[in-house]
Amino acid sequence: MDINFSAQDLEFRDEVRAFFASEYDANVVQGLASSDGLVYKQAIVNWQKKLHAKGWIAPGWPKEYGGTGWSVTQKFIYETERGAAGVPDVVPFGLKMVAPVIYTFGNEQQKAKFLPRILSSEDWWCQGYSEPGAGSDLAALSTSAEYAGDNYIVNGRKIWTTYAQFSDWIFCLVRTSKDVRKQQGISFLLIDMNTPGVSVKPIPTIDGKHSLNEVLFEDALVPRENLIGEQDKGWTYAKALLAHERTGMAEVADSKRMLSNLKQRAAAEVNGGQPMIDDPVFQMRLSDIEMELMALEYTELRVFASMAAGGMPGPESSLLKIKGTEISQSIHELQLQLAAYYGGALQGDLSNQQLGHEFASEARKSYMYGRAATIYGGSNEVQRNVIAKAVLGL
Amino acid sequence: MNFEFSEEQVMIKDSVARFVRDEYDFDTRHKIIQSEEGFSRDFWAMFAELGWLSVPFAEEYGGFGGSVEDIVAMMEELGKGIVVEPYVSTVVIFGGLLSASSNEALKSAYIPKIIEGSCLGSFAFLERQSRFELSDIATTATQNAEGYAISGEKTVVFNGATADSLIVAARTSGGQFDREGVSLFLVDVTAAGISANSYKTMDGQTAATINFNDVQVSASQLLGEAGQGMDIVDQVMPEILMALSAEALGIMTTLNSITVDYSKTRQQFGTPISSFQALQHRMVDTFMGCEQTKSLLYRGLCDASEVAANPASGSLELQKSVHALKATVAKYGKLIGEEAIQIHGGIGITDELNIGHYVKRLMTINVTFGNGDFHQKKFNQLSYSSR
Repeated sequence: MDINFSAQDLEFRDEVRAFFASEYDANVVQGLASSDGLVYKQAIVNWQKKLHAKGWIAPGWPKEYGGTGWSVTQKFIYETERGAAGVPDVVPFGLKMVAPVIYTFGNEQQKAKFLPRILSSEDWWCQGYSEPGAGSDLAALSTSAEYAGDNYIVNGRKIWTTYAQFSDWIFCLVRTSKDVRKQQGISFLLIDMNTPGVSVKPIPTIDGKHSLNEVLFEDALVPRENLIGEQDKGWTYAKALLAHERTGMAEVADSKRMLSNLKQRAAAEVNGGQPMIDDPVFQMRLSDIEMELMALEYTELRVFASMAAGGMPGPESSLLKIKGTEISQSIHELQLQLAAYYGGALQGDLSNQQLGHEFASEARKSYMYGRAATIYGGSNEVQRNVIAKAVLGL
Repeated sequence: MNFEFSEEQVMIKDSVARFVRDEYDFDTRHKIIQSEEGFSRDFWAMFAELGWLSVPFAEEYGGFGGSVEDIVAMMEELGKGIVVEPYVSTVVIFGGLLSASSNEALKSAYIPKIIEGSCLGSFAFLERQSRFELSDIATTATQNAEGYAISGEKTVVFNGATADSLIVAARTSGGQFDREGVSLFLVDVTAAGISANSYKTMDGQTAATINFNDVQVSASQLLGEAGQGMDIVDQVMPEILMALSAEALGIMTTLNSITVDYSKTRQQFGTPISSFQALQHRMVDTFMGCEQTKSLLYRGLCDASEVAANPASGSLELQKSVHALKATVAKYGKLIGEEAIQIHGGIGITDELNIGHYVKRLMTINVTFGNGDFHQKKFNQLSYSSR
C-alpha cells in the first residue's frame, strides 16, 4: 500500500496550484458571486476562456480534439486542486456532456462544427433529457421528432433545463419510433435554441434563484444533419455517457473546502460566550460528517488507483455519488444551523453588514438548492437500485 | 499510489483464509468454545508452525519483521472465521507492547517464546472504575529493596486465565488519573500473590478478574522507564486499534455476504425476498458502510507508514484516522449486525445460526479499547478548538 505521488506528479500538482492561485483572482470570484444572471454568465465565460488559453479546458477529451493528454493521475490531481482552491467546475453541459457524445458518435462534419466552439465557450449548451412524465424513468420520454423531408419536426416539453435561458444549443433525447421497446425508439438530436417554435419558461427554485427552465418545442424544424449517429440509437449513446460521468461525483475536494470554511465560521459564531466549535454537541455533528468524508476521500483514491492501474472502477465507485451528495448536503445543513435566526432572512438589498450576518444568505441558498444533489444525475434511490443489481446481484 | 497488498501479504492472507475455510467451520469453533480452556492448543501450535505468531516481530528475535499492514491482512481473515485463539491478546497487544519497550533482556527472553507458541500473554490494564480511560489506574507498584510490590485488582483481562505472562499497568507515582506515573511490568502468572477468576464472554472467548496481592517483581521486569508506561501504550495503540478494526471488517464483510446470499434463497409471497426494494436498499447501505470502513482502515495504514518513514512529522493525522476508524467500526458494525439479523428474520435470533455469533464478536470489539462515542470524542478533541 502506497499513497505517494511520483516526483513528476508532484511537480504537476505545484504547477496547477500556482495557476489557480494567480489566475482565479478576485475579479473572477466577484463576477461568479453576482446575482445578475448575465454578469454571472460573462464571469464564467471569461474564466473558461482563461482555462482554454492555458490548454486546460477539457482534460477529459482525447488529445486530437483539444484534450490535455494527461494521465489518470494528472486528471485526478487537477480535480483535487480545483476543488481545494474553491474553483468551480466548468459548466458541464457542453464540455463534459455533449462533447463526448459528439466526438465518440458524431460524424466529421459535426465534430468540426461543434467541438471548437465548445472548447472556446462561444457556444453554450443545455441538456434536454427530463420531461414532466419522464424523470427517473427517463426512457418514458415522449417529446417526438417526426422525420419529414430533410428535417425532424419536434414537439414536446423538456424540464429542469439548467441555463436554458443562456444557451445557444440544446442536446435532446427525442422519440423517433413508438412501436418498439421504449429504449429502442429514442434518438439524440442537437437543436439550435433560436429555432422557431423553441421557447424557454423559467422555473424559479426554492433558493430564490433562476437556473432551471422548461423548454417547449412546438413544430420546431431541426435539420437531419443534427442527428447524432443513427436514428433510434440515442439511448445507447446517452448511456455510454452516463457511465463515463459517475466517477466524477464524489466532489471530495469541494466538500473538504466547505467543511474547512464551516469550521472557521463555527469558531466565530458564539452562543452564551462559547464559540460553537467548542460546543460538544456541535462537535459531534461536525465529526459525523468529517469522518465520513475522510473515508470517502480514500474510497475515491481506491477507485482512482484502480483506474490509474488500467483497471475499471470497482464496485466501490458506485457509492461515490450517494455518499458524496449526502455529505455535501449535511455540510449545507450544518452551515444553515450555524446561521441560526439569520438563515431565514430574505435580505433583498441589505448588505451582509446591514443584516448583521456574513454567510446566512449563502447558507440558506446552498441548503435549498443543495437538496437537488440527491435528485439529479440519477436520484440516490436509483443509484441504490443500480448497486443492488450490478454489485450485489439482488 | 496503490492499495494492493504485496505478494507476500497476499500469501499469508490466503493461508489464513484457507485455514478458516478448511479447518475452522462453525461446529469446530463451537466445540473449541465448549472446551475447558476455550481455545485449541493444537491450532495454536499450528499457528506457530505456519509462522503466523512471528509476523510482527523483529528479525533479531526470530520474527518475520512484518508491519501493521501484515497484521491487518491476517486479522481480516481471522475475523471471517471469528477465530477465538488469542492472537490479538498474545501477538498484537502483549507482543506489541513488549516490542515497543526498551527492555532488551525481556524482549530476548519472551519474544522467541511467543513465536514458538510457548508463551501466551495478556495485557492487564482495566479496573472496575476506569471504563475507557487507560490511565485511570489505582493498582499500585510500590518500590522496595527487591524492586516493586504490585497490589490491586485488574478486571476483564482478555484470555487472562490461560495466559502464561501478563503485562500489568500499575501506578508507581502520581494520582489515580495521571498519565505520568503509570508503569508497565511483565509478570509471570506463577508469581506469588496472583489469583484469577475466569469467565466466558459472549463472543466465545474468555476473560478474568485478576487480583494482585503484594506481588513482588524485580525492576528488570519494567517494560521501560518507571512512570512512562503510557508512552508505550500510546505508541502501540494505533496498531492494536487497526488490528481489531481489520478483524471487525472481516466480520462485517462476512455478515453482508451471508445476508445477501440468504435473501436470494429465502422465498416469501412466492418470490425471493431479495427482490424487495425495501430490503435491497438496506443491503446497499450495509455494503457502503463496509466499503467506507475499509477506506478508513487503509487511511490508517497509509498514515502509519508515513509516521514510520518520517517520525519527525508527528502522529496527529494517524491518531485522527484511527479514532475515526474505530468510531466508524462502531457505527457501521452496529448497522451491519442489526440489519443481518433483521433481514434474516426469526432465524436470525437463533443460537444455531452463525449470524448472532458474528454480531457478538463485533459488539465485543466495539467496546474494546473504547467504544464509538469515546473515539469520536477523542477525534473531536484533536480536531476542533477555537484557540
